[in-house]
Amino acid sequence: MALAPGSVTWLRGRNGRGKTSLLRLLAGLSSPADGEFRVAGQTLREGGAAWRSHWLYVGHQNALKDDLTAFEALRFLADLHGMPADAAGLAQALKRMGIHNRQQAPVRTLSQGQRRRVALARLLLSRSVPLWLLDEPFDALDADGITALNSVISEHAAAGGCVLLTSHQALSLAHPVPSVFDLEPYVCA
Amino acid sequence: MTAQPLRFFSFAAPSRFYALAGRLLPLFWVMAVVLSAIGLYIGFFVAPTDATQGDAYRIIFIHVPAAWMSMLLYLVMAFWAGIGWAFNARTAAMVARAIAPTGAMFTFLALWTGAFWGKPTWGTYWVWDARITTELILLFLYLGYIALVNAIDDVKRADQAGALLAIVGSVNVPIIYFSVAAVSLKNKSAKISTTAAPKMASTMLAAMLIMTFAFWAYAFAVVFMRTRTLLIERESHTAWVAQVVERKIPG
Amino acid sequence: MTRSVFMTVLRRDLKLASRRRIDALLPLAFFMVALSLFPLGVGPEPKTLQEIAPGIVWVCALLASMLSVNALFNGDLADGSLEQMLLAPTSSIALAAAKAAAHWLLTGLPLIVATPLAGLMFGMSAPAIAALALGLTLGTPILSLLGTLGAALTLGLRSGGMLLILIVLPLATPALIFGAGAVGMVEAGLSASGHFSLLGALLICSLIGAPVATAAALRISTE
Repeated sequence: MALAPGSVTWLRGRNGRGKTSLLRLLAGLSSPADGEFRVAGQTLREGGAAWRSHWLYVGHQNALKDDLTAFEALRFLADLHGMPADAAGLAQALKRMGIHNRQQAPVRTLSQGQRRRVALARLLLSRSVPLWLLDEPFDALDADGITALNSVISEHAAAGGCVLLTSHQALSLAHPVPSVFDLEPYVCA
Repeated sequence: MTAQPLRFFSFAAPSRFYALAGRLLPLFWVMAVVLSAIGLYIGFFVAPTDATQGDAYRIIFIHVPAAWMSMLLYLVMAFWAGIGWAFNARTAAMVARAIAPTGAMFTFLALWTGAFWGKPTWGTYWVWDARITTELILLFLYLGYIALVNAIDDVKRADQAGALLAIVGSVNVPIIYFSVAAVSLKNKSAKISTTAAPKMASTMLAAMLIMTFAFWAYAFAVVFMRTRTLLIERESHTAWVAQVVERKIPG
Repeated sequence: MTRSVFMTVLRRDLKLASRRRIDALLPLAFFMVALSLFPLGVGPEPKTLQEIAPGIVWVCALLASMLSVNALFNGDLADGSLEQMLLAPTSSIALAAAKAAAHWLLTGLPLIVATPLAGLMFGMSAPAIAALALGLTLGTPILSLLGTLGAALTLGLRSGGMLLILIVLPLATPALIFGAGAVGMVEAGLSASGHFSLLGALLICSLIGAPVATAAALRISTE
C-alpha cells in the first residue's frame, strides 16, 4: 500500500478482517505480534514521541468525557495534541461540523451523531498534520454530517494531506475519488 | 546455565529447550534427592547439639536454605521475565512464570520452619523482625505476581506486565528489608535477635550449603517440568508439539 | 497557546472531579468510617487506642488511596480518551505523573487535612498528630504514585480492585513502616528525623521511578 500526498484511501474488508488493527498499528497504539513496523527506517519506539505529531488517529470511540461540555472536550483534545486552539478557532471548528449550537452542552446530553461531530471537529484544527487515520468516521453521521466531513477531507487532500479511512458504507466522497485498498488478499486464513 | 553464549541462544527455541530440559530432568531429580539425603543426615545426625538452643535449632538446615532460595528465585524470576520482555523471548517468559510457584513455596517453607524455630527458641511462633517480615512481604510479592499474570487473558500482556511487576518488586525487596531493619534497630522492644543462629560449627555450615544445593537442584527440576508443560500448552499449534504428542501416544 | 500535557491532563481531571463532588469525597468518607470502626472493634480503652493509632491511620489511608486509584484509568479507557492521551506527541511519563498528581490532590490531600480529626478520635497528643500529618504529607504522594502504577498494570481487568491492592500493598510497606514508626518515636520523646528523611528518600525514588514504570505499564496494557 502506498499513500501519496493528496490521496484518500479507503481501507476495505469484511468484519473482523483487521481494519481497525491495521489502523491502530499505523498509529502506534499496538505493536505487531511478529516482525517489526518501521516508519522512515525507524521503529516507532526509536523515533520517539515527537514522531506522533505527523499523524492523527480518530478511532471508533470519540474520546469525549461525559461531564465536559462539547467545547471543553474539544479543547482538551486540541491541547493534548499541541494543536493551536483559541476560543474562536474551537468555536469555528464546531460550527463547521454543525454542532456550534450545542457547544456548551455536556457531552452526555448529546446524541451519538452529535458526539461524532464533536470528535471530528478536531480535524479542522489539525490541517498541518499530514496523515489522517480515521476509523469509521462516517458512523452515526446523518446526511449533513457526511457532507461536512466529506468537504473537510477534500480540503485536506487538496492541501497535500493524506487520509486513510475505513467505512462500512459506500463513500460519497468525490474530490478526490478515494482509491480502494482491500484487505482480503492479505488476510491469513 | 554455563553453556557458551553462542549455543545458549539456540536453546531459547521452544523445541530445543523442551528437549534439553527433558534430558536434564532426571539428573536434577537425582541430585536433589541425593543431596537432600546427605544434607539432612548431616544436619540431623552428625552436626553437634547446640549449647544454647538444644536440638530444636536443627530446623535451620531447612529454614535458612529455603529463605536463601526464596530471595534468589525472585531475582532469577525477575531476570528471566525481563529478558522475555526486552527480547520478546517466549521461552524466557515461560521460565519466569514457571519459577513463581516454586519461589512462593520456598518462601512459605521458610516462614513455616521459622515459626517452628521460633517457638522453642523464643517462646513465640511469630516475631516481627527484619528478615521474617521481609519473607512475608516477599510471599505477597510472589502471590501478587502469580495473581496478575493469571488475571490477564492475553498471554503477551500477562508476560510483560508480570515482568514489570517482578522488576519493580526486586528493587523493593532490599528497600523493605532495610526499612524494617532500620526501624527495629531503634525500636526498644526488639529484644529478640534472629542473628542468634548458633555459632557455626563447620559441619553445620556444610549441611546448610548441601541443603542449598539440594534445593537448587529441586528448583531446576520443578521449574523445567513446569516450563515444559507451558511450552506444550502455548505452542500447541506448532509442528514439533504435534510430534511430541504423537510419540507419547502409542499407535 | 499550547499547554504541557501534564497540566492539560491534570486540569481536566480536577475539572471532572469538581463536576462530581460527592464522588470525589468518597475516599475521605471511607477513611473516616474505617477509622471509627477500630475503637468500636478494639474497645475504647484510651491507652490501647493511642498505641495503635498511628498504624491504624496509616493503614486506613493506604486502603482509601488504593480503593480510589482503581478507577483512575477506567473511565478514560472506556471512552477512548486514554488512547488519545497515549497518542499525544509527548512522552507518556508526563501523563502518568499527571494522573498520580490528580489522585494525590483529590485523595491524599483531603486525608492529610483530616489527620488532626483522626488524631483526636484516638486521643493522640499534639506532637504526635503533627508527626502523623508530616508523615502522611510525605507518604500519600508515594501511595498515589504506586497506586497509579498498579492501576496501569491492572487496567481493564475484571478482578481489578482486589488485585491492585494485592500488588501495591507490599510495595507500600516501607512507607507505612517509616510513617507509623515516626509517630511512635515522637510519642516516646525521641527524634523522628531519621524516619522522615527515609520517607523523603522513598518519595524521591518514587517520583523518579513510578511515572516511568507507569508509562511502560500503560503501553503494555493497551497494546
